[in-house]
Amino acid sequence: MMQKRSGSGRILFVAFATVLIAVGFTLSAHAADQKPIKIGIVSFLSGPPAGPFGVPARNGAEILAEALNEGGKVPGYGTKGLGGAPIEVVYIDEAGGTTKQVTEYRNLVQRQDVDLVIGYISSGDTLAIAPVAEGLKKLTVFFDSGTPRIFEDASYKYVFRTGSHSTMDSVGAALYVTEMKPNIKKYAGINQNYAWGQDSWSDFEAAMKILAPKAKAVTSQMTKLMSGQFGAEISVLLSSGAEVIHSSFWGGDTESFVLQAAPRGLFKKSTVVLTCGEHIMYRLGNQIPDGTVLGGKGTVGIFAPNTELNRWFQKAYTARYDVPPTYPSYRMVQAVLGVKAAYEKAMAANKGMTPTQDQVIASFEHLSFDTPSGIVEMGLGKGHQAVTGISYGTTKVVKGKLTITNIKTYPKEKVNPPEGVLSKDWIESGFKRTK
Amino acid sequence: MKRIDRTLLVLILPLAILMAAGPFLPQWVLFLVTLSIGKGFVVLGLMLLLRTGLVSFGQGLFYCLGAYAAGALGKVLGISDVFLLLVSGAAAAALLAYILGFLVAQYRDIFFAMLSMAFSMILYGLLVKTAALGSSDGFNVPVPTLFGAKLVEASTRYMVFAVACAATILVALGVHWYQKTTLGSLSPAIKDNELRVEYMGASVRHAIHVKFVIAAALAGLGGALTGMTVGHIDPEMAYWTTSGEFVFVTILSGTGSVVAPFLGSLIFETIRSYAYEYSPNTWQMVLGASMLLVIVFLPLGMWSIFTARRKRA
Repeated sequence: MMQKRSGSGRILFVAFATVLIAVGFTLSAHAADQKPIKIGIVSFLSGPPAGPFGVPARNGAEILAEALNEGGKVPGYGTKGLGGAPIEVVYIDEAGGTTKQVTEYRNLVQRQDVDLVIGYISSGDTLAIAPVAEGLKKLTVFFDSGTPRIFEDASYKYVFRTGSHSTMDSVGAALYVTEMKPNIKKYAGINQNYAWGQDSWSDFEAAMKILAPKAKAVTSQMTKLMSGQFGAEISVLLSSGAEVIHSSFWGGDTESFVLQAAPRGLFKKSTVVLTCGEHIMYRLGNQIPDGTVLGGKGTVGIFAPNTELNRWFQKAYTARYDVPPTYPSYRMVQAVLGVKAAYEKAMAANKGMTPTQDQVIASFEHLSFDTPSGIVEMGLGKGHQAVTGISYGTTKVVKGKLTITNIKTYPKEKVNPPEGVLSKDWIESGFKRTK
Repeated sequence: MKRIDRTLLVLILPLAILMAAGPFLPQWVLFLVTLSIGKGFVVLGLMLLLRTGLVSFGQGLFYCLGAYAAGALGKVLGISDVFLLLVSGAAAAALLAYILGFLVAQYRDIFFAMLSMAFSMILYGLLVKTAALGSSDGFNVPVPTLFGAKLVEASTRYMVFAVACAATILVALGVHWYQKTTLGSLSPAIKDNELRVEYMGASVRHAIHVKFVIAAALAGLGGALTGMTVGHIDPEMAYWTTSGEFVFVTILSGTGSVVAPFLGSLIFETIRSYAYEYSPNTWQMVLGASMLLVIVFLPLGMWSIFTARRKRA
C-alpha cells in the first residue's frame, strides 16, 4: 500500500500543519487593548482540589472583580477597577500538573497577552511557574500554595505571594496545643504522603520539640493522597495513646477522616488538630465532634477581624454563592487587593499616569494593605512574601450548630521566621527573632 | 530507496521550515512545538511497541527517569549543556530498560501492560518519599545552555526548539532505518504469530527486549527535553495517568509512520491548549470528544487519513 505514489496525502499533511500554525498565529495576534487590565486567574476548576479550594478561590476573584469594576462597593477601595481601569478576568484550570501549567502560563502571557497572572494553589505549580515568570518578566502573584521554598531557595523580582507560607500553620498549631495541654506527653500525626503533608508534619514535629521537649511523637501516619479510607491508620492512632493528633488533611480526605474516625471515638480519646479544617467546616457542620481544633491558614473566615471590609465580603459572597467564604476565597481576595493597592500606589507616585510594571513591582515590595482577613504585610522574601497572623479555635456544637470557641490568634512575628532565615532553621533555633 | 526519502521528506521539510521560521514565530508556538516533540519521542517508542502488539502503561517510568537524570545532572553537577542533558536522559532510561527488559520481555498483553505500569508506580512512590528531590513538588531544572553559552530567555526557547527539531530528524531517520532491518521488521510478524517467528529462527524475546530498550531511550529523551523546556520536573511524570496520556496520543496518532507520533502529539497539545483557554471548566470533555471522534471515524488513528486516501488513489 505504501508503493502507490500519490502526493495528495503529503500535501494534505503539510497544508494541515500550516493551517494549524496559521490559526495559532492569528489568534495570538489579537491586539491587546490598552484600556482594561487583563488578569489571568489560575485556580483548580476540576479534580479533587476544585471543590474545597479552586472554586471558592475563583468565586472570590469573580465577586471582587465585579464589585471593583462597579466602583464604590468595596469598603476602603473606592476607585473603580485598578486605578480607574476596568479589570478583565480570564480563568484557567490549574489541573493537569506542572508541565501543562507551565504551558498554559506561557499561553496566558504570550498568546492571551494578560497584564498579570494571579493564581496557583499547588506548591509544585508555584515552584515550576516562578522561574518561568521571571524569564518572561511578567508580574505574577501566587495567592495560595504552602511551600516556603519559593522565596527561601531563590529570589525573584516579578513573583509575589500574598498569602503566608505553611510554616505558620504548623507553628501556630504547636503553640495552640501546648498552651491547651502544657504537660503533653504523646502526640501523633496523620498526613497525606506528599510534599504538603510531609512538610506540615516535619514543621509541627520540630516546633513541638522546642515547645514541649518532653513530649514524644508516637506515630506519624502518612496516607496516600485522596485514598479516602483510613481504617488501619485510625486503629494505629487509637492504640497509640496520643493526646494530640496533628493533621494537615484537606478536601475529601478531611471529610472521610472525620466521618470515619468520629464514630470510633478517636476525637474523644485525642484532641485532633485539623490545621486547614476551616474550609470543610460549612460542609460537615455539626458532624465535626466537639473539641476538634480547627485552623484556616490565617485570620480568615470565622477568625477574620470584624471590619467593614470583612462584613462586606462575607455578606456579598454568601448572598451570591449560598455558602460563607472559606480561606481559599480570602486568600484570593488578598491577592487581588494587594495588586490593587500596589497598582494605585504606583499610579499616585507616577502623578496619576498609568504605571509601568516595574513601578507596580516597586510599590508592591514591602507593601502593607488592608484585606477582609486584616492587614497583610509583604514582610519576607525581600518584600515579595506576605506574612499574616494565624488563628486556631476549638469546635463546639451549640443547639445543633457548629461554633468555634477558645479562639487564639498569634501575631505574624510569632509564627513566621524573620527575613533571611530558613523556616526550618528558625524553628530549630527555638523561634529566635535575631540571627 | 526513493520511497524512504519521500516518507522522511514529509517530516524533514516541515521541521526545516519550522526551524527557519522559528525566530519569527511567537514564543508560545515554539514552546508548544518543543513540548509536542518531547511527547512525540515517547509516543514514537510506544508506536514501536504497539506495532509489535504490546501496550505499555508505564512509559512514564522512562519519561520521568530521563527527566530526573537530566535534572539531577544540573542540580548536583551543575551541568546544563543541552546535548549532555538529552543524551544522559536517554542513556539512563535505556540502561534501566535493559535491566528490566530481561523480565518484562517475557510477558505479553495485559501482563506486559500491568508490569510496566507497576515499575513506573514504584519510581513514583520512591520519588514522592524522597524529600531531597523535593518530594511531590519536584525541583527546577536549570536553563539549558549551548556549548557553555547562557542565552537570554527568547533565544533559549529558540535554541531548545531548534535542537529538538534536529533531534527529531535524527531520531526519525534512525527509527525509520531500524524498521527496515530484519530485527525491526519482525514487529508485525510477532504481533500476528509469535510461534512462526520462532520457527523462522528469530528470538522473539530478544526482539522485544531490543524494542523495549529503544522505546525507553526515546521516552528518556522525551522526558529530558520536556524537563528542560518546562524548567521543572516532578514525580507526576511517572504517574500512571501520564503514561495513559501517552497511550491516548499513540492511539490518536496511529501507527502508520514515524511522522504520526509527532503530528499526533502536536494536534493533541494544540487541542488541549485551546480547550483550556476557551472552556476552562469543560476542557476534559473537548479532549474526550476528540478521542471519541478519532476512534469512531479513524479507528487506525489520524495517520490513516493519509494512508486511506493513498489506497483509494
